[in-house]
Amino acid sequence: MKILTANRLTDGEAVWFSTDGNWAETIDVAATVYDKAGEARLEAIGKAAYDNNEVVDVNLIDVSVVDGAIHPLRLREVIRAAGPTNRLDLGKQARPAAGAA
Amino acid sequence: MYRYDEFDHDFVKARVAEFSDQVERRLAGEITEDQFRPLRLMNGVYLQLHAYMLRIAVPYGTMNSKQMRMLSHIARKYDKGYGHFTTRQNIQFNWPALSDIPAILADLASVEMHAIQTSGNCIRNVTADHFAGAAADEAADPRPYAEILRQWSSVHPEFSYLPRKFKIAVTGAERDRAAIQTHDIGLHLKKNETGELGFAVYIGGGQGRTPMVAKKIRDFLPEEHLLSYTTAILRVYNLYGRRDNKYKARIKILVHETGVDEIVRQVEAEWQALKDGELKLPEADVAAIQSYFAPPALKPRPEGDEVIKLARLDSRSFGEWLDQNVFTHCNPDYAAVTISLKGIGEVPGDATDSQMEAVADIAEQYGFDEIRVSHEQNLILPHVARADLKAVYDALVAIELATANSNLISDIIACPGLDYCALANARSIPVAQEISRRFASLERQRDIGELKLKISGCINACGHHHVGHIGILGVEKKGAELYQVTLGGSADEHTSVGEIIGRGFGPEEITDAIETIVETYLQIRLDRSEKFLDAYRRVGPAPFKEALYASEAKAA
Repeated sequence: MKILTANRLTDGEAVWFSTDGNWAETIDVAATVYDKAGEARLEAIGKAAYDNNEVVDVNLIDVSVVDGAIHPLRLREVIRAAGPTNRLDLGKQARPAAGAA
Repeated sequence: MYRYDEFDHDFVKARVAEFSDQVERRLAGEITEDQFRPLRLMNGVYLQLHAYMLRIAVPYGTMNSKQMRMLSHIARKYDKGYGHFTTRQNIQFNWPALSDIPAILADLASVEMHAIQTSGNCIRNVTADHFAGAAADEAADPRPYAEILRQWSSVHPEFSYLPRKFKIAVTGAERDRAAIQTHDIGLHLKKNETGELGFAVYIGGGQGRTPMVAKKIRDFLPEEHLLSYTTAILRVYNLYGRRDNKYKARIKILVHETGVDEIVRQVEAEWQALKDGELKLPEADVAAIQSYFAPPALKPRPEGDEVIKLARLDSRSFGEWLDQNVFTHCNPDYAAVTISLKGIGEVPGDATDSQMEAVADIAEQYGFDEIRVSHEQNLILPHVARADLKAVYDALVAIELATANSNLISDIIACPGLDYCALANARSIPVAQEISRRFASLERQRDIGELKLKISGCINACGHHHVGHIGILGVEKKGAELYQVTLGGSADEHTSVGEIIGRGFGPEEITDAIETIVETYLQIRLDRSEKFLDAYRRVGPAPFKEALYASEAKAA
């Protein structure tokens, strides 16, 4: 299972392509794909957004869904989605909604 | 301290205007990321995991209180209230928006700072002994020569597109505190038997995936030839350094593959054509730059001994700080102070905006307005009257920067690692924090004695793990973090690359492994005077391997 991620051009914020067709600032609403066709669709969306100067460093990443929540498989992506593990007051994890079910 | 001349002001101002325009065009979509990436890198802007990162140059690690206050201002206004001091004596901000960077650079330019050549395949910030101009043991202040190299290398047309980045370090003392033998060029400023200044020249040192100790190619190069000889080295490298493989592109590989004798022959041949030309340093120019680095007027303060004696009786912790973090100054009434950015459990090299502001105040009041960044990620006040040490200590206690651990096991160098860095494979900071907490007892740390522990989160070795007495390298194995341990590295005048001790350790095992290594050392040392590195060099890896892995071997 994969999702599409990037960093927003203007401020570098980590973003994920969401089910509503926008780039979201949190991973929980990322659009998941399960097959090659889905991956190709996301890749095309990423390329278009990159070409359109909305985002940079576009990547498809592996995730799993546990109890409805998206979990990246690589630690790198877990940290991008949450923030530095040594500073829980920084990054996405510091947002008021973070951690809510 | 060096002050900008008219040329410097105009040059930095022009660069800020140029890069501001490039950022504007990028944000407007007029230039692509592929076009913009090399431009932003030339101005110190990286893209990391969570945001952009801006690396600001602190030439040879020297700054004044005004500059430190500006860094504090940037941390507060544009970032998240802190900055990270690096092993290149620079500072990095981890969260700036690209759209704010022109304003940040304009603010920096107002205090004679910039981010030029803090990235890219050019000559990077020239580093120097952090006690330069203050240390009792130096032949001469190396910073004027670092400044000459800075001026010469700034947007040098011939050396702005080298095969790979190029790092130069200068020391003025026999005791190498600038790690010169781990650099592309290392310069040891010294005097010959007739009292003339010159350099021992080392080339081809480096860390990364292929660590190499630099080779000495000249025992004494007269100072006037600094630029002509450096140019000759760079020319040979620029011509023959590999451009087909970035992992083999540093000068260390060229030196290794070509052989030192042949490289020396090529450099000397190139130098013969250059040495009496326009690069020969005019005495008057050297003197002019030296005058910028003239030591402050240090008034006699003979009351220091008495003040310290009384303060020691009053405060044991002050005495411990004095023993550990205060360094001998060339003027007996004065001292150089290490401000540890390694509080127990803290992030190595991080300082908050208010700490930076307070350090600026202390430097202004007690330190002749001078602050240094050390490559070991601490701050230094190079000139403090011994009579003022207690006042400085009290001011540092108030901002929680008075940890008395300079050169002890918790004085750890650590790269940002996977918590921030896009290149990292494993985290460094939490490992450093846990080791620091495990060895929190200052009494225990002092019993262990000098021990340089260095951690990198990938093989690029920004955390200098190869030259740690104990080095830790984080790797990714089967999707998980794994930490390899090296022992016996050193970055001083007897530089050595550490040896891998055996299989790596998981994140939950690594602190125990470090403790086992330290306990083994305590058992085998001849007495307290035998430091960790000396004991390792005497006995080799065997007892450490035995302690770490014997139970596994038996189980197998």
